[in-house]
Amino acid sequence: MRLSEHRYRTVASVGGPLLFVEGVVNCRMGEMVRIIYPDGTAVAGEVLKISGRTVLIQVFGETAGIDLGAEVIFSDAVRRAPLSRSMVGRVFNGSFEPIDGLPMFIPEQWGGVNGLPINPTARACPEEFIETGFTAIDTLNTLVKGQKLPIFSCAGLPSREVAAGILRNARLAGGGEFVVVFVALGLTHHDYSFYMDALQEMRTGFVAFVNRADEPVVERLLAPRFGLACAEYLAFSCGMDVLVVVTDITNYCDALREVSTAREELPGRRGYPGYMYSDLASLYERAGRIQGTAGSVTMLPVVTMPEDDITHPIPDLTGYITEGQIVLSRELHQRGVFPPVDVLPSLSRLMQRGIGPGHTRDDHRRIADALYRHYAKGRYVRGLEAVVGREGMMEADRVMLDFADAFEAEVIGQGEARRGIGASLDAGLALLKRFSLEPP
Amino acid sequence: MDGLITGISGPTVTAKIGGVKLCDMVLVGHAGLVGEVVRLEGEQAVVQVYENTLGLGVGEPVVGTGGQLTVTLGPGLVSTMYDGLQRPLERVRAAVGPFIRPCRDIPPLDTAAEWRFEPDRKAGDEVGAGEVIGRIREGAFVHLITAPVPGRLGEVRSGSCTLAEPVAHYEDGSGIFALQKWPVRRPRPFRRKLPPVLPLVTGQRVIDFLFPMVRGGTAIFPGGFGTGKTILEQTIAKFADADLVVYVGCGERGNEMAELLEEFRTLKDQRTGASLLSRTIVVVNTSNMPVAAREASIYTAVTIAEYYRDLGLHVLLLADSISRWGEALREISSSLEEMPGEEGYPTYLSSRLAAFFERAGAVETLNGAIGSLTMILSVSPPGGDFSEPVTQACLRTTGVFLMLDAALAHSRHYPAINWAQSYSLYAAGVTGHFTARVAPAWGEMQQRCRELLQREETLREVAEIVGAEGLQDGDRLLMMTTERIRNEFLCQNAYGDDAFCAPERTAAKMGAILALHDRAEAGLKQGLSLDEALAGGA
Repeated sequence: MRLSEHRYRTVASVGGPLLFVEGVVNCRMGEMVRIIYPDGTAVAGEVLKISGRTVLIQVFGETAGIDLGAEVIFSDAVRRAPLSRSMVGRVFNGSFEPIDGLPMFIPEQWGGVNGLPINPTARACPEEFIETGFTAIDTLNTLVKGQKLPIFSCAGLPSREVAAGILRNARLAGGGEFVVVFVALGLTHHDYSFYMDALQEMRTGFVAFVNRADEPVVERLLAPRFGLACAEYLAFSCGMDVLVVVTDITNYCDALREVSTAREELPGRRGYPGYMYSDLASLYERAGRIQGTAGSVTMLPVVTMPEDDITHPIPDLTGYITEGQIVLSRELHQRGVFPPVDVLPSLSRLMQRGIGPGHTRDDHRRIADALYRHYAKGRYVRGLEAVVGREGMMEADRVMLDFADAFEAEVIGQGEARRGIGASLDAGLALLKRFSLEPP
Repeated sequence: MDGLITGISGPTVTAKIGGVKLCDMVLVGHAGLVGEVVRLEGEQAVVQVYENTLGLGVGEPVVGTGGQLTVTLGPGLVSTMYDGLQRPLERVRAAVGPFIRPCRDIPPLDTAAEWRFEPDRKAGDEVGAGEVIGRIREGAFVHLITAPVPGRLGEVRSGSCTLAEPVAHYEDGSGIFALQKWPVRRPRPFRRKLPPVLPLVTGQRVIDFLFPMVRGGTAIFPGGFGTGKTILEQTIAKFADADLVVYVGCGERGNEMAELLEEFRTLKDQRTGASLLSRTIVVVNTSNMPVAAREASIYTAVTIAEYYRDLGLHVLLLADSISRWGEALREISSSLEEMPGEEGYPTYLSSRLAAFFERAGAVETLNGAIGSLTMILSVSPPGGDFSEPVTQACLRTTGVFLMLDAALAHSRHYPAINWAQSYSLYAAGVTGHFTARVAPAWGEMQQRCRELLQREETLREVAEIVGAEGLQDGDRLLMMTTERIRNEFLCQNAYGDDAFCAPERTAAKMGAILALHDRAEAGLKQGLSLDEALAGGA
């Protein structure tokens, strides 16, 4: 630590959320700074780049009202997150300041914001079943503890109802419950209040980090990192099972693009920066379990696919990092199916380990495979129906058509009600029996 | 060779330092972060740092090491999991806990472990450079200890030794160690390259039968997310007919690597009965580990693989995925403010990639043994679009192209290898081998299988218009046969007993399907209906 505070009044230029300061000696990457505006307001900032004595600073807050005479105070320290069990039940903004009217808690310890990568040899394989209460997920795309499983949605689809449903209903095997870390990124007030109502209903605790649509974009990059630092602390230091819901990753990526463009970096696909994969990975990879430690971090990011396009860079890069995806379908939604999960492109890569004897039920794999296979066939036949018409089809194909319809209406579609895994599997089994399609 | 940091931008550091050469390894900052000199401009050196630069300050020291980035080679590599800079992750974990923090002084090979040195030469012998002076046995592998320079041997030890002390001395007192260091970016030498002709049996029917691999060949399989790249890589790692497997997790998921480790520890190698891990070396740089080390990881892995090749072994290098390496290259290039080529990738992407692929091959080693290094790499094209630069650059140099098809994966047809688009440039030579050694009808069956699948493609279009009912009996029979080929032959469950299929069983399976088809076809010719012909055939 330096003994004296370094203050500069040498701001050379300001543009967007970025500030160039000249003549700076001995500063560090990621160093925290405070910027005092001419009217006395103070905002926080962080060193992004150092080139000789010129320093690029990213400002976390509004830059309107700043002039070249502003004072910049260097702290000689990188950003740390205050951590404590008493975070539970609180609501913070993207800069980790309480916005629920209560005073700031007293930290038990300070932790890095960006987190450190978990040593792959220290990871415990995710294999403990989580019951979400939705048949489409539990039966066919099972979520396990320590997994990161995004929800791919389209504009206008009920992704928040699905996410809120999972928040309300998720249970661990043996009935245990989660502590939820909720990170809202660029949400409208309307969406935000919907989620807050859902969180208030929960019996277990939650911590919320909220950055609304009209709040500083740069904080949108910070909020998920604070949320995950907090989740890691609760999980690996306090032994809790933490479920992190981040919504909406699309807003996060747009913020990343905005800041990257302001830095005049080379744009990649659709203007998103080339390092977006690594940046997203630095968030998603913080989910997991550690051998010999009780807690876990499970992640459910929500991604709204621009133009319903799953090959858009945001869902594409997300899908490459996460362990599967739950894809919502506009077609099912229009037919009134809730949750409108399209199980064909959906996938849970860790399902294999979390189902079957000792986890769910012995016949889980067989039922899931049979449902999937017949439904896929039904969907294929539906494509043919459009060409040759129902009359021109073989009897066996017509049965598959009916099966696909019934599967969507009765197994996928369940309305708001919660279904346990037993009931979910039974629903699937009953449907297979009715169509005489026994799982072998 | 000491200097000071003058600028930092992401993983790129500029320093005022003299006396360093391009590609030299330097230690950056008070924490001694590992970096590599990538550009020299007057007194300024641009350094690529392989670790997180957060908290690094201007004015901190930069120290040259006088050498390039190297890997340490010798007994004790097998069964270990390394990061991209060859830090042994198990021992890093024991030292600093479950999260990776910067830590110094953990050598890649355990220098305290005891090995048995069996000398071939004795004191007083004249030895030439590269000549074998003795050997150390590591499980199934025999490490050859060679003389680095010519000279007359002084003392030669025998029996128990560690890697910290020399196993022999020259007369002038300088030591010969059982371990050696090799710069990662320089290919290891060999006597000559041999044409790759021997098949590498993967145990995957679709690969062995339709798109065979050879020892010393290269293969890529591109596929969008969820098409089963990782499962296919891991299945090949488990069953492929190689002496040693080097598995690189390049910018992929941490949970996946944990799963792989656990599985490999418990699963048995079906040839030797020993644990699979005892023939595997893992190099892993997950997606959230520093991006520059991800770039280095494939070089670390290929150098280790070459070392074992030089022991006269058949080595298989599997990397998942090479696209992540390309992206790391792009990130580094953009932080160096280089002029971008296609889609922001540096213009040297394809030449670097081609040079990397060239490190594969069957060779006669310096000691006259035959070894091979085979590469099977997965590619993750953005949006599943194969026209992107990394896939295209790979296609120009690789021998086998296995296209993973999202439509097949969605219908849970695994491995989702598209049989119409994939190809193997080695097929001609290897088919002869299988025809001679496994089944006389191998080549003929392969041809028929391709034809049937091709005709099905055309018929399917017709069937979609007129309905399957509208087809003639012969065509319906063909559709039934190809359905069997797809479901029973091309599909293979990676988790059950079927995960590995020996070439003999592959041939028998295809033979049975074709025989049934032939009998039913003969029945049709005699005027039977399709159902009767099938019943007669069964």
